[in-house]
Order: sequence, then C-alpha cells, then structure tokens
Amino acid sequence: MTASVDTERTITLTVNGVPREATVPVRRLLSDALRHDLGLTGTHVGCEHGVCGACTVLVDGDPVRSCLMLAVQVDGHEVTTVEGLARDDSRGGQVLHPVQEAFRECHALQCGFCTPGFLTTIAAGLEKRDNAAELTEEEVDDMVGGNLCRCTGYANIKKAVHHANAAMRDAQ
Amino acid sequence: MTTKLFGEPVRRREDARLIVGKGRYLDDIGHKALAAAFVRSPHAHARIVDIDVEGALDVEGLVAIYTYDDLNGPMAEPLPVLIPHPQLTHPRTNYPLARDVVRHVGEAVVMVIATDRYVAEDAAERIVVSYEELPVVVGVDAAAEARASVHDDVPDNVAARHHQETGDVEPALAASPHTMSFTQYIERSASMPMEGKGVHARWDADDRSLRVYSSTQASTSVRAAIAAKLELSLDKVEVVAPDVGGGFGVKIVHPWPEELLVPMAAIALQAEVKWAEDRREHFISSAHERQQRQDITVGYDDEGRITALDVHVLHDNGAYTPYGIIVPIITATQLVGPYVIPVYRVRVDSVYTNTVIVTPYRGAGRPQACYAMERTMDRIADELGLDRSVVRERNLIQPDQFPYDHHLTFQDGRPVIYDSGDYPGLVDKLKTLVGWDSVDSLRAEATARGKHLGIGMALYVEGTGPGPYEGGHVQVLGSGKVLVSTGLTSQGQGHETAFAQIVASELGVPIEDIEVTTGDTRRFGYAVGTFASRAAVMSGNAIALAARGVREKALRIAADVLEASPEDLEIDEGLVQVKGVPGTSIPLRTVAVLSNPLRYAFDEAAKQATQFTTHDDSKPPVAEGDAPGLEHRDYYSPLRSTFASGAHAAIVEIDPQTWEIDIVKYAVVHDCGNVVNPMIVEGQVQGGVAQGVGGALYERMVYDADGQLQNASYMDFLMPYSSEVPDVVIDHQTTPSPLNPLGIKGAGEAGVIPGTAAIASAIEDAVGRRISSMPISPTQLYDLVRNPDSEMTAVAAGRAGTGVMA
Repeated sequence: MTASVDTERTITLTVNGVPREATVPVRRLLSDALRHDLGLTGTHVGCEHGVCGACTVLVDGDPVRSCLMLAVQVDGHEVTTVEGLARDDSRGGQVLHPVQEAFRECHALQCGFCTPGFLTTIAAGLEKRDNAAELTEEEVDDMVGGNLCRCTGYANIKKAVHHANAAMRDAQ
Repeated sequence: MTTKLFGEPVRRREDARLIVGKGRYLDDIGHKALAAAFVRSPHAHARIVDIDVEGALDVEGLVAIYTYDDLNGPMAEPLPVLIPHPQLTHPRTNYPLARDVVRHVGEAVVMVIATDRYVAEDAAERIVVSYEELPVVVGVDAAAEARASVHDDVPDNVAARHHQETGDVEPALAASPHTMSFTQYIERSASMPMEGKGVHARWDADDRSLRVYSSTQASTSVRAAIAAKLELSLDKVEVVAPDVGGGFGVKIVHPWPEELLVPMAAIALQAEVKWAEDRREHFISSAHERQQRQDITVGYDDEGRITALDVHVLHDNGAYTPYGIIVPIITATQLVGPYVIPVYRVRVDSVYTNTVIVTPYRGAGRPQACYAMERTMDRIADELGLDRSVVRERNLIQPDQFPYDHHLTFQDGRPVIYDSGDYPGLVDKLKTLVGWDSVDSLRAEATARGKHLGIGMALYVEGTGPGPYEGGHVQVLGSGKVLVSTGLTSQGQGHETAFAQIVASELGVPIEDIEVTTGDTRRFGYAVGTFASRAAVMSGNAIALAARGVREKALRIAADVLEASPEDLEIDEGLVQVKGVPGTSIPLRTVAVLSNPLRYAFDEAAKQATQFTTHDDSKPPVAEGDAPGLEHRDYYSPLRSTFASGAHAAIVEIDPQTWEIDIVKYAVVHDCGNVVNPMIVEGQVQGGVAQGVGGALYERMVYDADGQLQNASYMDFLMPYSSEVPDVVIDHQTTPSPLNPLGIKGAGEAGVIPGTAAIASAIEDAVGRRISSMPISPTQLYDLVRNPDSEMTAVAAGRAGTGVMA
C-alpha cells in the first residue's frame, strides 16, 4: 500500500526556469511535491480540495490548484511558483514582480498564508492583458475572485491589482 | 526627525519575506520529520468498545501507534481547565486521546506516526475503532432540555451559571413606562485561519532538551503546559511560534492534544515529529464560536431611554470547557455597549453539547453582545416610532461621564470602567458617512427599481488590552543593530512593523536597524499571549518602556563620554548628540560597546571598551546597581482594560425575485485611541468587516441532530470571497486612553463586532419583518417574508408609536 518501485515515477520538469528531476509516488500531490520534494515551501496548502486557492501555481503559464493535481501530471511541463515571480537582476540581486511590489505597497497581505496563490494568479492575469488598456473592476474581480483570504477583506488586494497593472503599463 | 515614525503608515517589514515565498510557516519546517495523523471519532457521542490496530501494523513506513493506554503520568489526566472561574462549577476537559467516551465528532482517539503523512493516513485508515453510540445533544435548546447529557456527571448539561447585576431589575422593570420581551438566536461560525494548527517537535537527546514549533497564539504558555504534562524542567523546553497563517482566536487555546502528543512522540521515538492539521480536521477538532439564545426583557420610557435591562443567555460551550467561560462573560459584560443602563441583570447558562468546543473567535462574545443590545435599541425605536439613531443618542454615555463605571466585572476579573470615549461623536460621524438622513431618497429609488432597500446601524464598546501583563526587551548591539523582543505572538497583525515604529520613535534610531522577534521563548520567556486586541496595547507599551530604559542608559553613558549633562543630549538617527551642537556626538553603537566593560578585544570596536583604554579608576567598571550592556527589559501591567469603540452602518438592497441580500454601502467609524500605524489599523478594520459580513450572511456551522457537521469543508462552509465583501468607507476618531503611556487601545477585533447587528437591522428595515435569527440566507429570508405568521415590525404594521406594546 505504500510507496514502492511500481508506484513511483521519476518526473522531469522545469520549475521557475530551472530543470528539475524528482522521484515521487504516483499519488503525490503537486503541492506536496513542490513543498516537500523540491523544497519550495512558498506554495501553501489551505484546504486540500481546490477551494481556497492558496496553493495556486502556474503550469505552462496558467494558474492551477497544485492540491488538485498530481505531481506526475506535470512531467515535461513548466511550473512557476511564488518563488519564481521575481526576476534576477544584473547585479546578483532580484527584482520583484510588480504584483509583489504592489502587495507590499498596498498592504494587501496580513498573515501572508494565502498571498502566494493571489500573487501567482494575479501575475498571470496581468501578464496576459494589455496593461495599457483600462483595467475594469470586472477584470480585477475575475483575478481575485477565486481565492480566499481570511485577513484582509480583499479591498487592498484589489487596490494592489490596479497598482501592479499601472506599474506594468508604465514599464512598457 | 525621520525616526519619529509613531503614527505613520509605514510599509510592513514582514512583507519582504512573505511576498517572495520565504515565510516560514509550521509545515515549512522539518521536511525530514516523521508525520503524525489521527484517528478521530466519527460519532458525536459514543463509548469506545475496542480499538483494533492489527490491520495497520503491516503498513510499510508505520513507526508507532498511540492510544489512551499509552499515556502516562500527567498525560493520562484530562487537559487543563485553562481559565478557572468560581461560577464554572462543572468544568470538563478531554484527554489528549479519548478515554472510554468520545463527545464530539473529530475527537482524537488514536495517534499514528509514520514516515510521511500519506503513510500515516494509510495506517490510520486501517485502525478499526468499535463504538457503542450514546444519545446526542445538539443546540442550546436541546442542551437546556437535558433529555440526554453530554457528561454523565453533569445531568443538566450546565457547565456554569454566570450572573451579574447592577441593581434590582424586577422592580425597575415593573416601574418602567414600557416593557417588551423577545428572544433571538445567533449561530456558530469559526476563526478559520487559512493555515490550520500544526506542531513540530525535535528532541535533542544529547542536550536532553525539546524544541517545539507550534502555530499558536501563546508560545510561553504552550511551553509551560508541555513542561508540566511531559514532566520536563521548563529550561529544557523551548517553544517558537514561527510565521503563523492567521489565528483569530482559535490558536489561543492550548495545549491542544497535538501540542502535547507530538512532543511526547518526538521524545519517545528520539526523532523529529510533525503534525499539520488538514482543513477537515480544523473544522471538526479545533474550535467554533457564537451560538447563543438570548431572552431579553427591556424597560424604557416614552423617549426611548432604557430604564432596566434583563438578559438571559443560553450559551453553547460545546463538549468541553478548556477556555472556561471567557466568551459568555464577555457577552455578559460588553452587552451594555456605549449606553447608560440604569439597572442591568444578566444571567448566562453555559451548556454542554456534543459539538466542537467553543472558544474565542475574533470578537469573542462581543458580536453576540452587540447583537443583543443593538437589536434591543432597534425594537424600542420601532415600537415608539422613533428614528433608530435618535433612540441610541438618547441612551449614550456622554463624553463628560468618563471614567464611566458599569459596576460589572470583566473577563480579566477587573471592573468594567470605560477609560475614555466620545460616543455621540461616533454617531454623528457615522450618520454623515453613511448618509443616514438621506436614505429615504435611496429607498424610493430602489423601490422604483423593484428592490427593497434598508439601513441599519450598530454601536459597540470593546474592552481591549486586558492584563495581566506583557514584557519587552530592547538591546543595542555594538554593530548598531537594535534587537527588540516580546513574548506575545504574531499571526499577521504586523507587529514587527508596529513595534519597530515604537522603538524607532522612542529611541531615535533608524527603523532599518531594528529587528523584532515575537513569540519565541528563547528570546522572551514571560508573556500571556495574543488575544483580546491586546498586542499593541500590552507589548507596544512594554516595548516603549523598555526603549525608554535603554535611552536613559545611553544618555547616561554618552554624557560621561561627551562631558555633558544627560538632559542636554538627544538621540536622532542612531546618534547621541548635544542638543543644538551638531558635531558633538557619539554613535549609539559606540555607546553600546562602552556599556560593556571588556577584558578581551574580539574585534576593532571592542578595543574601546577594554580595561587599558577606559580610565576612571575611582569606581568599579560596572557601577553598583548597573549592569553591562545597552539593554533594558520592562513590563506593562494595566490597572484594567482600555475600551475602544466604534459604529457601523450598512445599507442593503434585497431582490424580491431571489431574496439575495446585497450590501450596497458599509460605513465604519472607529476609535482605538492613538494609532501606531494607520495603514495596519485600517487593514484590521477591513478584515474584521469581511468576517462580520460572513457571520451575518454566510457562515454557519450546520450540525445535524446526530452531531455530524454537515459543511466541514471550504466548499460547503461559505467564507466570503471578494465578491461577498462590500466596499467599506472608514472614518476615524481619536480618543486616547489615559491608562497607558502610549494612549492606545486595541484594534484587532473591532471590525467584526457590529456586523451581524447592523446587517440584521438593515434587512429588517428593508423587509419590515423581525429578524431574530442570524446569520440569514436568501432562502431563510424568503421563508420569513412569505410566512404569514412571521412578525412584522411595528412600523411596517402601522402600529408604531401608538403606545401598544408587543
């Protein structure tokens, strides 16, 4: 019943731009594989049934609930976690993604547990749109409406979406 | 001065790690740890007949299985009654693992330890527990009827009868021009932090010491409980609250069975052991709050002034009472709100049910209290045909009546004496902010669109910052770094930022040099915990006092060096300087070096403090009564709680096709005294309002008659997403507290308290039917309005102000 040779698979994937290999039980959730096999604990697990969105990561650029996906399903795919949102700068440091900057600037997080799921979802949403086009409240609701936050009451998260979009527009 | 940061919306320092995925929450610790999983009772009330572990034994990776029979010494005793009270005459607590009888679905029966969580759950699934089912008690009415008992030796199911009165209520009611009586209900919700509970324990066999990480609101007390239960010396146990993914009250309860069992297993197995609660476990084995039945009788005069108030509360405390009767005491004593109540009597029966325990959830009895008082105000206004705000204004404590003594005893055993406030000011601001006096035009406009529109308001007073104490430690290192620590814990409130602002302002150092640690017993051993909106009041003031101590010492040492008088010195940007004489200065970090007379020069800076470079041989290197190091520890212990206040108003629009309730405007005026960081305070209010809206319209723990929780998942328990939370407009009032050095009052819970009351009032105003059970769903509202027997408001029935009383 436990992990053994015939219930394990070795998968190769790209995580945050880095090729990785892992041998995981076939039943292992992607969230657990990221957190416990690859040590990327920024992805958080809030409900384990796909409702809260804290575990959201990007698979080939699209937000998915990593608690609803098996690790073996991402074999050969590209995964971006919250740790991969910032970009390396030329001096060995990191440049935060505009949505990360916006969350800090707008006080869009308190305990921070749900935050990685919001950041990945919103980053994907903003990157897919023309940031110069007016950002409507409907679009913002769409980007934040599927994730639960128990601390903030969401107002500052919505504010942060606007803030990040403006920063991305100005950087264009 | 750039270092005067008190009161500024400083961006949070904790965010830097949290936005890049570098936070360290409980389950981020100990990847190699063994995992614990629990077999929990599927029955609400049953006798354990047999536990058969045979089937689990061949699961590869199984390490250990524990049942009650494996518990020894204090571990085999019931968990502590954390807060005893003379009126809690029948306290009952569970065992870390159930002994003989389980009393709610979710109670832990068996602990399994295995190589990882998947394997632990495989093994747990194969353990067969046989039960003999017993009669189940669900809901306060069934508990009071007592046809069955939760505890054999408590046949009436009453854990406590709490009683307070400020005068002789019956004659006062008899003498009142008008009286009315009514009953109302409020249901269960729960804290539901996004991160559940969790414990990681590591036993150092060489050092014979234990380190425990727990997602707790009270690390010092968890430490003491572990030491007592596992019979370890306190100095061999350290407890650290890492980043905690929300608490809202549920994590103040301790020790949870898992907080003892996981360390016990770590010691027994000489291994790292971890348990991270899953969401279903959190629903069925943590804590809930709020269910009460309230029977209210009020006397009042023709003007709507209350003459006497008599309240009987039936409070559901769940299956056990580890947290005593704190929640119902808070309901009882905060019920009077901002009003003059000439004669008040409150009686609470706190009753057992076969459900999850009831312990504080943000607001902790206050939302129920506010619901009782504010709905009473609404009914008086309705019966007299008066504006609801006018009735409230006529009953308010006036600004010149402070300190105002309610002659009640609060949750901290201290008198309920309001320290300061301006309640008429709150109402004025609220009416302007929400547009109270122009709502009729909105109503007409909504009616024209076929919608029902209503408005409601609710006021509250919140006792915050109860004792007994908190402490703070501030230390300046020779590097210039300023270490700040306090024992209470953080769950996202931004303490690292707020406390750093206080130290920057008090000490005159750049905030970048300050490092704040909370909830780590290695750094600060004496603390109470984070609850009751007390962190800023308690630790904030303690840290301010500690910083003042450091400042005084720094000035004394610098005065010697600069050959000046301490009174002529100031500290700014980490530099001690003679006022008005720029250039005559010494860096604080050098003062720190000099504060510690040395024999050994371990680095360049240290040379300045060694024995052949310091020269005053007329006194010992460390003067009598002094101590080496530029540090100070201080404590703040308040005489009594400080009372914050606020007023909320909601405008709702109801669609008579779907009976969906849409909050179109939500206004908040709040007063928490001096504010350390307005950005953080507004964040607390916003988050609180979201929980208030959830509690009013969506969140309800649905137990069936068998004690099964029907909606124990985020799929079925409706916590607000962004689509359910209205835009909130906020206005501020500042009435500093005279009780503490910084003049601050707590802000953590305020936002949630009046939500249920204000929204119930608005719905009642919109549909003209009495709303006497909350939360309310569209279906329940539909059932209410189409039921010909449901009670109409006096205004809707056209009988208001006639003097005919219900």
